[in-house]
Amino acid sequence: MFKKIIQVTNFSKQEKAVERYMKEVNDIQEAGVTRRELFKMGLSAGVGGLTAIGGGAFLPNLAQAASSKTSSIISPPCNKPWSDPLPIPQTAVSVGNFRGPGPDKGQCLEPHNLWNPGKGPIGGFEDFTEARTEVHQRWDELGGDAACAKYELMAQEIDWNFYSAAEYPTFNSKVWTYKDMNPNSKGEFATGVLRLKAQYGQPVLMRMYNGLPKDGRDTQGFGINQISPHLHNAHNPPESDGGPMRFLDSGKWYDYWYPNVRAGFASTHKAGTTRYDAANPKGLWCPGDWQETQSTLWFHDHRMDFTAQNVYKGLASFYTLFSKDINLDTDDETTGLRLPSGKYDIPLLFTDKVLDQTGQMFFDSFNIEGIVGDQQTVNFKIKPFLTVERRKYRFRFLDGGPSRFIELSLSSTNTTVPTTMTRIANCGNLLPKAQVVSSIRLGVAERADVIIDFSKYKPGDVIYLENRLEQLNGKGPTGKILPSSAKTQLLKFIVSSATALPVDSSASLATLQTQVMVPMPDRTKNPVKVKRKFDFGTSNGAWVVNGKFFSPNLISAYPAEGSREEWTLTSPGGWAHPVHIHHEEFQITARNGRAPTALDDLSRKDVVRIGDAAQGTAGTTSITFEVQFRDWYGDYPMHCHNVVHEDHAMMIRFKIVPPTDPNAGK
Amino acid sequence: MNKRNFLKNLTGASLGAAALAFVPESVAKTHAPVIGSQASRSKKTFPNVPVITHEGKVVRFYDDLIKDKIVMINFTYTDCKGICPGMTANLKRVYKEFGERMGKDVFMYSISLKPEHDTPAILKAYTEMHKIQPGWTFLTGTKANIELLREHLGYKFSDPGLDNDKSQHLGVVKFGIESLERWGMAPALGDAKYLAEYVRWMEPNGSRPVLAELLG
Repeated sequence: MFKKIIQVTNFSKQEKAVERYMKEVNDIQEAGVTRRELFKMGLSAGVGGLTAIGGGAFLPNLAQAASSKTSSIISPPCNKPWSDPLPIPQTAVSVGNFRGPGPDKGQCLEPHNLWNPGKGPIGGFEDFTEARTEVHQRWDELGGDAACAKYELMAQEIDWNFYSAAEYPTFNSKVWTYKDMNPNSKGEFATGVLRLKAQYGQPVLMRMYNGLPKDGRDTQGFGINQISPHLHNAHNPPESDGGPMRFLDSGKWYDYWYPNVRAGFASTHKAGTTRYDAANPKGLWCPGDWQETQSTLWFHDHRMDFTAQNVYKGLASFYTLFSKDINLDTDDETTGLRLPSGKYDIPLLFTDKVLDQTGQMFFDSFNIEGIVGDQQTVNFKIKPFLTVERRKYRFRFLDGGPSRFIELSLSSTNTTVPTTMTRIANCGNLLPKAQVVSSIRLGVAERADVIIDFSKYKPGDVIYLENRLEQLNGKGPTGKILPSSAKTQLLKFIVSSATALPVDSSASLATLQTQVMVPMPDRTKNPVKVKRKFDFGTSNGAWVVNGKFFSPNLISAYPAEGSREEWTLTSPGGWAHPVHIHHEEFQITARNGRAPTALDDLSRKDVVRIGDAAQGTAGTTSITFEVQFRDWYGDYPMHCHNVVHEDHAMMIRFKIVPPTDPNAGK
Repeated sequence: MNKRNFLKNLTGASLGAAALAFVPESVAKTHAPVIGSQASRSKKTFPNVPVITHEGKVVRFYDDLIKDKIVMINFTYTDCKGICPGMTANLKRVYKEFGERMGKDVFMYSISLKPEHDTPAILKAYTEMHKIQPGWTFLTGTKANIELLREHLGYKFSDPGLDNDKSQHLGVVKFGIESLERWGMAPALGDAKYLAEYVRWMEPNGSRPVLAELLG
């Protein structure tokens, strides 16, 4: 075929040689050399292997691995499930003062910071320097330096075994995580999936060091040593939000300031609000709108074009925000809503991986649809177990992606106890009232807090947490629920053998299921002034929003500070997209043009699933919601949180401006 | 040259490429990846297949075009009337952004999606018509090899209908620093200045985002 075309062209001598060469290459392919020969040659040539087999369509996953019909490469099997305990995220420790220069609302006078003088470099660095200078908005107003709880975290490479040590004792993966630089009372440093406990009314200042390897080589093929830690779902100013272009190189640090103040504090609710409960009949006052109180947030890397790689590499942890100030979600099960607390409050990060024969993570940076791993992990362990006491627990589920949607449910050997969960939160928010559910679907970055009551089980009973949602590729789930099997089980709860019931000071299940938590914020006071439409589509294989390509200097909307807008997102289907908006949460007013009915639509949201299988097997082509733009000025993104899509520019940016700005409302 | 001799004479690398299409199913199923060294990863990621430049030179894709280079890669075809002329024009702007680095450490490659039509001569004529300068090479090859490159470089959709539509592979450009294994992808019609910046931002001593420019 090639020959024929070349014949019609004007030959030079060189082209004749080219023609001969190509014919020979064609001949060899047509010759039908035996498979055995080719196999031998292919391997001895050092070509073949991983991407050769899977190519860009390298997509091992639950359903494919189970059917074995396709030629996808699969991770080493887990033949000894439930032999390692669930890693429990350790709480980062706050320090009185930073070592090195003191914090400042803008540029530190002393940007140079020795971390480890004389004790050898970290990540190749003896010292670190301040990354950039941006003034923290409202720093003095919210108490400045004196008000802050200070943390020192460092992004670092650690060795980690995703598999059980019993089955693969020598497995090791180079994982990039946030690591606490300060030890807890036991002398341990929180690392891996960790958590930061914050309280409303007390700002957090997180000095984040980038201690990732200096030369950026030997990355196992993916990841970049530049980070932008984003506190997902927080109502934060853009200079501390961790947006895609505000990344820091390895060897730098930056002070991220999280004011932990409720939306409306400087705009619609300047006088603050008061929450009343039985213990406080006179009420407890707080700045902003108490009905914007949040609970389960997380922080993860957001470096433009590399979010998927860096988050997959391990840069993801929890930020649990408590509201002791209004006696709500207090981190103490004897007060407020009396939610299970302390060691009975356990965050669970679900993320799927593809691993090689040595337990090393594999990532295909040439995949455009989304990465779906065939090994699903919980807090970075494949099939761990957790021994639970016979009492109530609060679990905080987070779908850490990169591209897999999950639907979580329980199954049990003890069939007399209903396998329902009491869902108390959606995304970062406590619901108006808890709901008893049999399963929970989460798109990437969505969260759900649940109460599971193990007191009804007998000692020794076994309960599995499962993901039964079918997803065949990175485009999104099919919506089909798979039968329960060894493949779908993610975490094994083993009910403690102790016969006496342990102390449980949290509220009774009946109370937890019926008490008012956080009513939806009032939408009537600040009426919608501007309506916008954003259509998520493609153009020649590239993502476009309203027909436009992402550009880092393009601002697509200029909402006026303090205003409320109505946004409609549309997507033609063929894909599933969990769309995330930074800055403030929104309330859904219509799905496919109709008033929403599903539980997770009837709460505050910061991620919404649109496109295929958004709910059940049904797709959603249009979502309408109301969102306010309060308290902070500046630029924020809206993007798809299938982070592979995000990295291929499925994103826009908007900028909140003062109402007097000439662009306001444009 | 008979087939047997040809087989013997061919380099291992190009043989491997020919072998790719025939990897036995049993091997495919059980062969879990071993990440290994960067060199072995690169060999697996980038088929070292022979391709032909618009100058008529036969080169190996990995050894001669990718290894130790900073590259931008897109797919196109010469008789594409849709967005292709605009894309070529935009990539010329990107070329200008890199200036003197083009052909020294930065290279651009446009691979034909219609190798059976785009002979080296046709590509040559195309580059002359568009005044393409050194450092930017148009490539063709056997249909099988070009398909292999398309799959490996991520220009592949799992939906066969979508995948068969050539126009779906035109709109994005892949860019990377091979020695650091840093790879990104962006719309080929995006702002040319930033397409170049995306590459420089990835470089250890490259430029960094200037916030003042990005705030609208």
